[in-house]
Amino acid sequence: MPKVHDRGGWPNDDPIDHTEHKMEEWERLVDALNGVLGEKGLKNTDQLRRAIESLDLKTYESLAYYEKWTAAMEILLVEQGVMTTGEIDAKMAELKAGRS
Amino acid sequence: MAENGHNPGHEDGHGHGENAEYYSLRAEAMQALLIEKGVCTLDDILTMADKIDSRSPEDGAKVLAHAWVDPEYKKRLLADAESALLELGYDLPETAPKLTVLENSDEVHNMAVCTLCSCYPRSIIGRPPAWYKGLAYRSKVVVDPRGVLREFGTELDDSVQVRVIDSSADFRYLILPKRPAGTEGMSEEELAKLITQESMIGVAQALSPESVRAG
Amino acid sequence: MAGNAKYQPGDRVRIRVGVPPTHFRTPEYVQGKQGRIETLWGAFPNPESLAYGGDGLPAQPLYQIEFAQTDLWENYKGAATDTLLIDIYEHWLENI
Repeated sequence: MPKVHDRGGWPNDDPIDHTEHKMEEWERLVDALNGVLGEKGLKNTDQLRRAIESLDLKTYESLAYYEKWTAAMEILLVEQGVMTTGEIDAKMAELKAGRS
Repeated sequence: MAENGHNPGHEDGHGHGENAEYYSLRAEAMQALLIEKGVCTLDDILTMADKIDSRSPEDGAKVLAHAWVDPEYKKRLLADAESALLELGYDLPETAPKLTVLENSDEVHNMAVCTLCSCYPRSIIGRPPAWYKGLAYRSKVVVDPRGVLREFGTELDDSVQVRVIDSSADFRYLILPKRPAGTEGMSEEELAKLITQESMIGVAQALSPESVRAG
Repeated sequence: MAGNAKYQPGDRVRIRVGVPPTHFRTPEYVQGKQGRIETLWGAFPNPESLAYGGDGLPAQPLYQIEFAQTDLWENYKGAATDTLLIDIYEHWLENI
């Protein structure tokens, strides 16, 4: 059984979806953040791929493209000790509270 | 949910479902923490976003249209894409994946994919379309490329060899589409308008001059 | 480095079969299949090491390999001359 990301030749009868959605600003920033972290030598493409590939099948298939990047970036930043999941949770709560 | 158990569409595209609210906030939180911790600045991020935005299919079309009109340039582009791109002012960063150009002809039709993720010649044509990153394309194009071509409205005779390139390593592939008939004497700017994103991936031919005039 | 490469364009090789628990870039659909070396790209840092923060050295020879589609898929729905090309690192190749 190939890994979740190894898709060449997987049975798939779905028509190719030509819908193009306008990129959200948060996605544009995730894309950019990925580039910045790469430029600073804090991550590389292979690490990002490895992190995405570690997602379970259900998550891999249900998350949108930049949602997967966000999950992967968290894995990399936490494993490198740059931040903890707890810190991210707390910051999310803070941002949410600031908005209500 | 499709019969085969796959959930089409959402993994292809951009966050607009119930997960988007959570992930957009999580991304914002990580960004805020990185800035607070001095790992990067907001300016770093915004500058990078603009840099990424600065490349679009129009850039690729410009280069390829030049190759159509200048046979010597085309030879250089096919031999060493990065040096040829530099001639036209496109300075690819050292750290960017290697770029190579494959020429389509009456005999050979190349098409590119990344079955393992979404590798794409971003450094010259910008971000990939949603369908390119999706499971349907990645699963089907290697096993049934002519079926995929048909989905894009492209029909090729069996006398044309179809070659699928899976970008599994350090190289990114840009397809030089066949120059359509009836384009003699057209300017480079007019020719560039015929070279679509789809034709540079290889799922379609370049537009015919008639279709552009009509449309 | 290219001088240390085991194979050259024109050689026929088989792709190794394997599913390491760690990151690798050799899709299952080409594993165990035979193809022809189309290009020797040169040596590049090994992604299997880079993926974990390693330096990927020593750089590994990377090849573009061409397969007949009819050798990859049973009941291939296309022309007999159709091919597929993919970039594979040397340590995933074996002699036939």
